[in-house]
Amino acid sequence: MKKETWRELPIGTVNTEAGNSVVNRTGTWRSGRKPEFIEKNCIHCFFCWLYCPHFAILAKDGKVTGINYDYCTGCGLCAEECPTKEKSIVMVAEEIELAAGRNK
Amino acid sequence: MKTTKILNGNRTIAEAVRQIDPDVIAAYPITPSTAIVETIASFHADGLITGEFVCPESEHSAMSVCIGAASAGGRVMTATASQGLALMWEMLYIAAGLRLPIVAAIANRTLSAPINIHGDHSDTMGARDTGWIQIYSENCQEAYDNFIQAFRIGEHPDVLTPVLVGLDGFIISHAAEVVEVEDDDAVKKFVGEFKPPFPLLDTSRKFTVGPIDFTDYYFEHKRSQIAGIENSPRVIEDVGKEFGRLFGRPYGFFEEYRMDDAELAIVVMSSAAGTGKDAVDELRAEGQKIGLLKPRIFRPFPHIQIAEALKKTAAVAVLDRSSSPGAFGAPLFTEIRSALYDYEKRPKLVNYVYGLGGRDINVEHFKEVAGKLAHIADSGKADEMLGYINLRE
Repeated sequence: MKKETWRELPIGTVNTEAGNSVVNRTGTWRSGRKPEFIEKNCIHCFFCWLYCPHFAILAKDGKVTGINYDYCTGCGLCAEECPTKEKSIVMVAEEIELAAGRNK
Repeated sequence: MKTTKILNGNRTIAEAVRQIDPDVIAAYPITPSTAIVETIASFHADGLITGEFVCPESEHSAMSVCIGAASAGGRVMTATASQGLALMWEMLYIAAGLRLPIVAAIANRTLSAPINIHGDHSDTMGARDTGWIQIYSENCQEAYDNFIQAFRIGEHPDVLTPVLVGLDGFIISHAAEVVEVEDDDAVKKFVGEFKPPFPLLDTSRKFTVGPIDFTDYYFEHKRSQIAGIENSPRVIEDVGKEFGRLFGRPYGFFEEYRMDDAELAIVVMSSAAGTGKDAVDELRAEGQKIGLLKPRIFRPFPHIQIAEALKKTAAVAVLDRSSSPGAFGAPLFTEIRSALYDYEKRPKLVNYVYGLGGRDINVEHFKEVAGKLAHIADSGKADEMLGYINLRE
């Protein structure tokens, strides 16, 4: 994607591209840990879905189905807020592929 | 109708605010700017100001309110001083970066410690790299005139940059002078209507203001911001001339006082320039070829014009009402010394820091400086580059 020069940008750090956060894959921010969804413990209360700052909790037909690692920053709020006795989301270590600059 | 009133500096700013009637005023009172906010509050209570008047819990919040209101598309102003301006610091950069032409009246006051409420330029000099245009005033009339022009300068579509107008704490803010207050309608007509390019209240367009900007775009946005203040000199000149045509008091980047054949020159901003002019008159009467240059615009710094005005002199003393501890010299001095660097023939330049914490500077002090300048011009060398005026050594 060709990036604009400073003369081409709209004035005052204005972004005229609505909804462009889709292309900002915040999953690249994760550093060393990621949430893991344990479906058998889940009561589908949607607390994780509600608290996730990056809309990275996947859901279908009223049920939590997993985590979208393209956008999950690994903040751990979902695991913290999960109310089930046996946690339905736990944070686990994640290997980082330094060479590729991407998390796995 | 133009009226002549006896007003102090704070009251002149409040009069201008009443006439301009901005959409939003957000301010937190602090000495010596308190009376600006108080008077605006009473105008608002009396229905003389129709815009929103917001009293937040701090100066940081006041500038934050200004940023929100200006992003919405409003004409916005505030007033503060000293610690209040310091508390606004991070928000000053945001106002400039978002290209919001907020206008701030600053009753220049020193910074703690030691705690002191009196006037010097430490507060606004601390904000010199925030991206704001800076205009300094010699007296109440200039404070009024500069404040009105600030809206036209900052809001120009090629500029869109916040502007602060300095008036020396107490010396201008609290001293009553005869001030010509222009007609309400004439002032309203002069400032005109603010047309923001991206007002958030315009729901017909989709855009985001101030999103995160990493290594891929921050540098380009900053360069684009610099272009705004780079475009401002032409606008400052045009607005100053138009103001002169309409109201009889033209303005430029600086004022030259008896500089025509001057061999010696004193550069000094704000209220002390008035004292300096008296000293120049007395010295001229004694036959000395001395003049005074009073910078009005500090940001953008009119380096070419000031260098051209000073290049033919033999010796120049730059008087700074702030210090920059550990630096090569105080802020005004380093600008002017750099401005003259490319000239093969240039005057000897010395720096004097004066008036910190409101310490007086009088005609005799200016005469002492003139005596040192004469010595430098005769001998061709300056013994010390940085000195202090009216300090117990």
